[in-house]
Amino acid sequence: MSTTIPAAPPEAAPVPPRRARPAMTDRTRHERRLGWMLAGPALFVMVAVTGYPILNALWLSLFDYRLTDPDGREFVWFANYATIFTDGLFWRQFGVTALITVVTVSVELVLGFALAMVMHRALYMRTLLRTAILIPYGIITVVSAFSWQYAFSNTYGFVNPWFGLGDQDWFGNTWTALFAICVAEIWKTTPFMSLLLLAGLAQIPNDYLEAATVDGATPWQRFKRVILPNMKAAIMVALLFRTLDAFRIFDNVFIMTAGAQGTETLSFLAYRQTISRVMVGLGSAVSVILAVIVVLIAFLFVKVFRTDLSQQKGGN
Amino acid sequence: MKPGRRAEVAWIVGGIAVVLYAIVPVAWIVSLSFKGGDDITNQSFLPSAFTWENYRIVFASDLFTTALRNSIGITIIATTISVVLATLAAYAVARLEFPGKRLILGVALAITVFPIIAIATPLFNMWRNIGLYDTWIGLIIPYLSFSLPLSVYVLSAFFREIPWEMEQAAQVDGATSWQAFRKVIVPLAAPGVATAAILTFFAVWNDFIFGITLTSSERSRPVPAALAFFSGESSFSEPTAPIAAASVIITIPVIVLVLFFQRRIVAGLTAGAVKG
Repeated sequence: MSTTIPAAPPEAAPVPPRRARPAMTDRTRHERRLGWMLAGPALFVMVAVTGYPILNALWLSLFDYRLTDPDGREFVWFANYATIFTDGLFWRQFGVTALITVVTVSVELVLGFALAMVMHRALYMRTLLRTAILIPYGIITVVSAFSWQYAFSNTYGFVNPWFGLGDQDWFGNTWTALFAICVAEIWKTTPFMSLLLLAGLAQIPNDYLEAATVDGATPWQRFKRVILPNMKAAIMVALLFRTLDAFRIFDNVFIMTAGAQGTETLSFLAYRQTISRVMVGLGSAVSVILAVIVVLIAFLFVKVFRTDLSQQKGGN
Repeated sequence: MKPGRRAEVAWIVGGIAVVLYAIVPVAWIVSLSFKGGDDITNQSFLPSAFTWENYRIVFASDLFTTALRNSIGITIIATTISVVLATLAAYAVARLEFPGKRLILGVALAITVFPIIAIATPLFNMWRNIGLYDTWIGLIIPYLSFSLPLSVYVLSAFFREIPWEMEQAAQVDGATSWQAFRKVIVPLAAPGVATAAILTFFAVWNDFIFGITLTSSERSRPVPAALAFFSGESSFSEPTAPIAAASVIITIPVIVLVLFFQRRIVAGLTAGAVKG
């Protein structure tokens, strides 16, 4: 997406006016120039710092290149990609990442909905609730990760004694470690989801709900027939943002397990290849693959989202 | 009236659950930060005796204080520049007619979608080549690029709601265009700008990936990254409680902003995502 758009030099924008069109007035011309002068710097920074590195990564991913051996750099076409796609470890980590994404996003949708409903219906504590829910949103992910790591720790944590689990070593095996990582991720990011859903809830006209109540609809029927259909757009936006974000999970994994016990994710793999192992070529290839997957997810969502919305419109 | 009352109680219980949900992990890290000695390993939620010892250790360590200074400096600079650039761009997008408007919003959206790690690893390489590796500027630049999209979205959503005709009305009433802008538009735009600044602050303060990939020393490493390497007073003791204390310190600005600007943050998050 951003990568395929060539970095237009900000000043080059006012194209020489074509004769066919009605001549531009001074005012329009001035407005166009001003527009680019104001928006140009922001666009330049965004493209230069995101577009260029990713193109650079694309290029580097075609090399066998190790930082510790710069002279041995060699153009190898798609060998890095072949290495990655034939490596079981990559697929394992892809699976772990996908699993974390699906689990956290589904739990967050349900939990986020529950939180949004409570906030929406709350009469007395509205401000208190919204302030409280923003705390997890604002907190540094690393801090949240430490908090949960210590909570689950069998040396420091309160989780084992609270739930009578004795000496359960949460970080000693893949599934329990993934469970702890998911809990930390869910805690931190559900508020974002629930605030978007709350905004969606607020947009449902009260008349609809009242009409349904008058017609004798049960709360569950009201939820299913009135609330859900009217919130499709909000739900899709929330799901899209959270899915993309969850797929990029890094901080929690880094702090809580450092990828041990088979909890490594794709972001972590990209980091480890380039930064720790200084395998720049291979690491770049992982970065490119990760970027492509994320763009594909976004594309799929937008596609489904569009058809869904148009169907909704047709149905009205 | 009975069922209505029961429902009311249910919603209150729900409300308490929401507050507990948000507070427990924070309370836990605060509690841990006040535990001393063997208290740390007794697995109870609350400390049996309060001690400030961990805070003393944290502030006695250069690693933490320089990281804190880095974080504060870098966050303030990045937030300021980002909000200025985003305000100009959002004004242009919301108010002016020019070709390329869609391009700007498209690029912004594409960047929010992008995995940061996919940008961080090539930057690691580039920064090393041009000498920006392990410097403040080397962090500020990428922070700008990934905080700008959100700010541009939030601000243009805000700016679209501003009744710009009022500016002309003021001019008709005899104000100069500068006066009209300052007296009418600035007060209306300020809340949006404040919101964008807070959201940018959160994003930059929270960053871990750039902090850990683009720095290698105390010179520029921000707190979240430094925490991952924190070893406490001695390299032989587990730094759990000092890490908790450091965590509490860097959480304070977040809590303060949330307490004071709760309404703005909610408005910004939903404006950027739902309306954008």
